Amino acid sequence: MLTLQCPYCGVDAEETELHAEGEAHLKRFGPGSSDDDFETYLFMRENPKGVHFERWRHSNGCGKFFHAARSTTTLEVFGTYSAQTYEPPQDIKDKITAKYPGWSWREFA
Amino acid sequence: MRRYSAFAIAREAARFHTGWERAWRSPEPKKKYDVIIVGAGGHGLATAFYLGKNFGITNVAIIEKGWLGGGNTGRNTTIIRSNYLQDPSAAIYEKARSLYETMSQDLNYNVMFSPRGVMMLAQTQSEIRGYERTAHANALQGVTTEFIGPERVKELVPIINIDGPRYPVLGALWQARGGTGRHDAVAWGYARACSDMGMDIIQKTEVIGVRQEGGKVTGVDTTKGPIDCDKLGLVVAGNSGDLANMAGFRLPMESVALQALVSEPIKPCMDVVVMANTVHGYMSQSDKGEMVIGGGTDGFNNYTQRGSFHHVEETVRALVETFPIVSRLKMLRQWGGIVDVTGDRSPVIGKTPLGNCFINAGWGTGGFKAIPGGGWATAELIAKGEPGPLSAEFGMDRFIEGRFIDESVAAGVAH
Repeated sequence: MLTLQCPYCGVDAEETELHAEGEAHLKRFGPGSSDDDFETYLFMRENPKGVHFERWRHSNGCGKFFHAARSTTTLEVFGTYSAQTYEPPQDIKDKITAKYPGWSWREFA
Repeated sequence: MRRYSAFAIAREAARFHTGWERAWRSPEPKKKYDVIIVGAGGHGLATAFYLGKNFGITNVAIIEKGWLGGGNTGRNTTIIRSNYLQDPSAAIYEKARSLYETMSQDLNYNVMFSPRGVMMLAQTQSEIRGYERTAHANALQGVTTEFIGPERVKELVPIINIDGPRYPVLGALWQARGGTGRHDAVAWGYARACSDMGMDIIQKTEVIGVRQEGGKVTGVDTTKGPIDCDKLGLVVAGNSGDLANMAGFRLPMESVALQALVSEPIKPCMDVVVMANTVHGYMSQSDKGEMVIGGGTDGFNNYTQRGSFHHVEETVRALVETFPIVSRLKMLRQWGGIVDVTGDRSPVIGKTPLGNCFINAGWGTGGFKAIPGGGWATAELIAKGEPGPLSAEFGMDRFIEGRFIDESVAAGVAH
């Protein structure tokens, strides 16, 4: 069972305590934006085979949203981090690089 | 290809079964094909079959990284139905269901299509309204379904508990002409027919790159070297995102694990397919007597073909409530498959941003039932270069235009 540590309350929460909330670091577009931007934001997804960044919610716990870095092929968790950021923290990126040199995900590498 | 028949069985019995030939060839790839289909699952093989049968295009290779029919085609719960809500879905799923009726004869291969009836239980007031609406929509679409009351449910499925404490059965959407088929045989039958038409099914060969020039596809790189093609069809279900990444575009879908399980075999006790969407479980009985049970999808992206255990627990808990007699059954096997789910729970069949590259994907949790229809539509798309009537509404452009084919009610959980 997938276990993630909530970066807010520090609890090691297993999957049934959490809710997956989809791809992380989406740039949001609202009224007045172009059709392409709106479509990309709402529907287009990375869906990578390998390193992935996601939003999760500690729904049956403290209730906070947070981010997780995970591999979709091994289910290995590289770390979790605050939702109040536009990019993954350097230490998590370094941890991924150590295991998967040359990885990239959207504009991050 | 030597035809299968009662006479063939008698002939082979008389000579100790020495005359059976291989069902399909396993050739080395040629340098170039007119059409390359990536993915020898049900939809890929059906696409190739109808390219040959309907359009006479037989210089075709079907490239498969594993063995044919070894992905979701061999992992589903074999349910065939067409009781969807929206017109484009009803058209393609009903086309598929009707092709299943004659598939054994068309392919000279017994796919064991069993139109035993599919029942979707209504266990809340909103489900009653939803399924009554679907029954009306189906009547307009020419798909025969009806909304039946709890007495008729009990009559059709004596083992069901209609007075469940939490979720009593209030009625059901009943499609008498739906049913099940033998999933492996569908892949094997199409593969045998494709091979017979001269197509090359290249197994254990992974596509590792999509070659292009001037915005058009020119071929693929594989673990057996480069292969050229004029047209390329991507029919790889859960791996669509990976292939799209190689081809240089993104898709409006995400890959998640969907699970199923079967019980030990028992004597015949249920001769219809029952789906209970409120409690997230569905069940049918195979010809071998195993209860075939479908579970739910995980909420997170996953390529491991393994799902989370708590879904198994939830599914079994729901079924024990609906069918008390299964409470002592042992489960024999449990497995997962990777399904590609779109925002509106409808598939994508259409052109891609890359010229001469076409895609059939996004069937999510319900691709098996659509195999012949999806293959028929994708073959037309590849042969003509433009979508035909069956696939016209299923292009990727529907997301930018907001023209969704919303089947989240019909397809959200159970299949």
